[in-house]
Amino acid sequence: MTRLAVPKTYKLYIGGKFPRSESGRVYAVTTPSGDFLANAAQASRKDARDAVVAARSAFGGWARATSYNRGQVLYRIAELLEGRRAQFVEEIVQSEGLSASAAGRQVDEAIDRWVWYAGWADKYVQVAGNANPVSGPYFNISVPEPTGVVAIIAPQSGGSLLGFVSAVAPALVAGNTVVVVADETRPLSAITLGEVLATSDVPGGVVNILTGSPAEMAPWLASHADVNAIDLVGAGDLDWVHLEIDAAETLTRVLQPESGADAAAPSLSRILAFTETKTVWHTKGLL
Amino acid sequence: MTSTPVVTTQPSTRSRALALIGGEATDANLRRYLHGIPGVDGVGLEQRAAAISTRSIKTSSKKRAIDTVIGLMDLTTLEGADTPGKVRSLVGKALTPDPGDPGCPRVAAVCVYGDMVPYAAQALGSAHAAGRDQGIFVASVATAFPSGRASLAVKLADVADAVAAGADEIDMVIDRGAFLSGRFGQVYDEIVAVKEACRRVDGSLAHLKVILETGELSTYDNVRRASWLAILAGGDFIKTSTGKVQPAATLPVTISMLEVVRDWHRLTGARVGVKPAGGIRTSKDAIRYLVAVAETVGEEWLTPNLFRFGASSLLNDVLMQRQKMRDGHYSGPDYVTID
Repeated sequence: MTRLAVPKTYKLYIGGKFPRSESGRVYAVTTPSGDFLANAAQASRKDARDAVVAARSAFGGWARATSYNRGQVLYRIAELLEGRRAQFVEEIVQSEGLSASAAGRQVDEAIDRWVWYAGWADKYVQVAGNANPVSGPYFNISVPEPTGVVAIIAPQSGGSLLGFVSAVAPALVAGNTVVVVADETRPLSAITLGEVLATSDVPGGVVNILTGSPAEMAPWLASHADVNAIDLVGAGDLDWVHLEIDAAETLTRVLQPESGADAAAPSLSRILAFTETKTVWHTKGLL
Repeated sequence: MTSTPVVTTQPSTRSRALALIGGEATDANLRRYLHGIPGVDGVGLEQRAAAISTRSIKTSSKKRAIDTVIGLMDLTTLEGADTPGKVRSLVGKALTPDPGDPGCPRVAAVCVYGDMVPYAAQALGSAHAAGRDQGIFVASVATAFPSGRASLAVKLADVADAVAAGADEIDMVIDRGAFLSGRFGQVYDEIVAVKEACRRVDGSLAHLKVILETGELSTYDNVRRASWLAILAGGDFIKTSTGKVQPAATLPVTISMLEVVRDWHRLTGARVGVKPAGGIRTSKDAIRYLVAVAETVGEEWLTPNLFRFGASSLLNDVLMQRQKMRDGHYSGPDYVTID
């Protein structure tokens, strides 16, 4: 007797939980050759709204955590990714049509990149902060602080896991919380990463993952007054100029789309893009 | 305190109440009457509340509902840390809930502790209703709010003090201990006495809201009995909760109170108000209450004289929804005031 396989319905990841889309919609995820792979939830603008609320309420705790603690939490995610390596490889093989070895290389690179960003958590402040020169008996200090809630349109081409990690990890380093719209046609590794996050030490709501149409959700995220920055790295095929204009209406920081093999390449500037510089003065002492 | 006149304020209501009870308001008579009321079908009530929660209110209806919610709101601050400055900023918010939109309606009332009433009245200035039918009312909690554990003399002094300071409405708490141990006569007499203490110098009466604190009454049957008791004793409003006890206002409890108000109206033609308070934080929740009112007692109850929301954080959510409908994009907490 043959065993009946249990097909998986992939859900969203919002506020540390895995809800279905509020709209009740799902869409079929297929292999490159068009074979059915799984159903994924098709998030609506209201799911995006709920995700922003979850991200906002998680922001205080995540931003206040010490940078050393954030680094440890991020590093542990890399450990968990390593543990789920086989599942990621299988999903990438199925959904991207890569060979097992190419998929393995992508997973390794994604893990390495995550570790690289985790290392920056307690170091970027020393690089980007400064004790400013002054001509008086006081200190003047500039420090980077997290921007707030960052919406991300993840890369829609290239390696699905690597692109997702490259966009999400840098925003987390400084203490931002993120709402990320995953690769529309190949969302499986993103949701599996959500399952990794749910079992790691990342507080619920720090990362919120939406699957579905970026064209549908991006305008609502860009114009949302409670989103502080939007990374349009994967929005190259959308009308991103209008997204930029919408974002400007509520003073939202924007990172423009990138394309090509080195889209969202690891760099300190991706971390600093989602920080605000706070400058304070302090007396040298009351002697 | 002024000397209490012998004749009660609403002889018709009182005599009607006594006729219903079948004699004087003694424990025995009240018990016979209140325990004779048919029990509440809890499952049916919760089902009805769940059904009401599924109504979809969108676009222009939602817009109107949101403005109605603001106009029915008792904007509340009941913290130990309240200061005159905080009350003044609350009044500022009551007058212009959304400074970016002059078309935004004002709230119905501000609700504060008794000692803050003078500051609220002063800050309202000419916008203070002060006995008129229009303007913003000042509501004051009294009678040893929220526990109600004080002697009757202290409670009455508390009420008279707030009324003298300019409160238009008094939110009293019933003695839940007495109610739960069956001393209905005591609860009844207390409400009657407090109502009398609401008398102003000119002889008019401040509106009396009777807080049942449904979270401490345990059962729907008790809520129904307490609602009847409060109405029989002459309460102008019945209010669910102080907001200091969990659970506070819930939709099923409010519906069962609305049913009592509806039955009382059918019986006597008199209209009594309902005020759910505490735990209503989102406009979605608030709109469900509007639907419940419209479908239980009728839309004529959706006026500040007959229905209120007791809330503090609700207003910000409602304003964000309002801004979303106006601007076409989601708003955020940065665009409303921090309370």
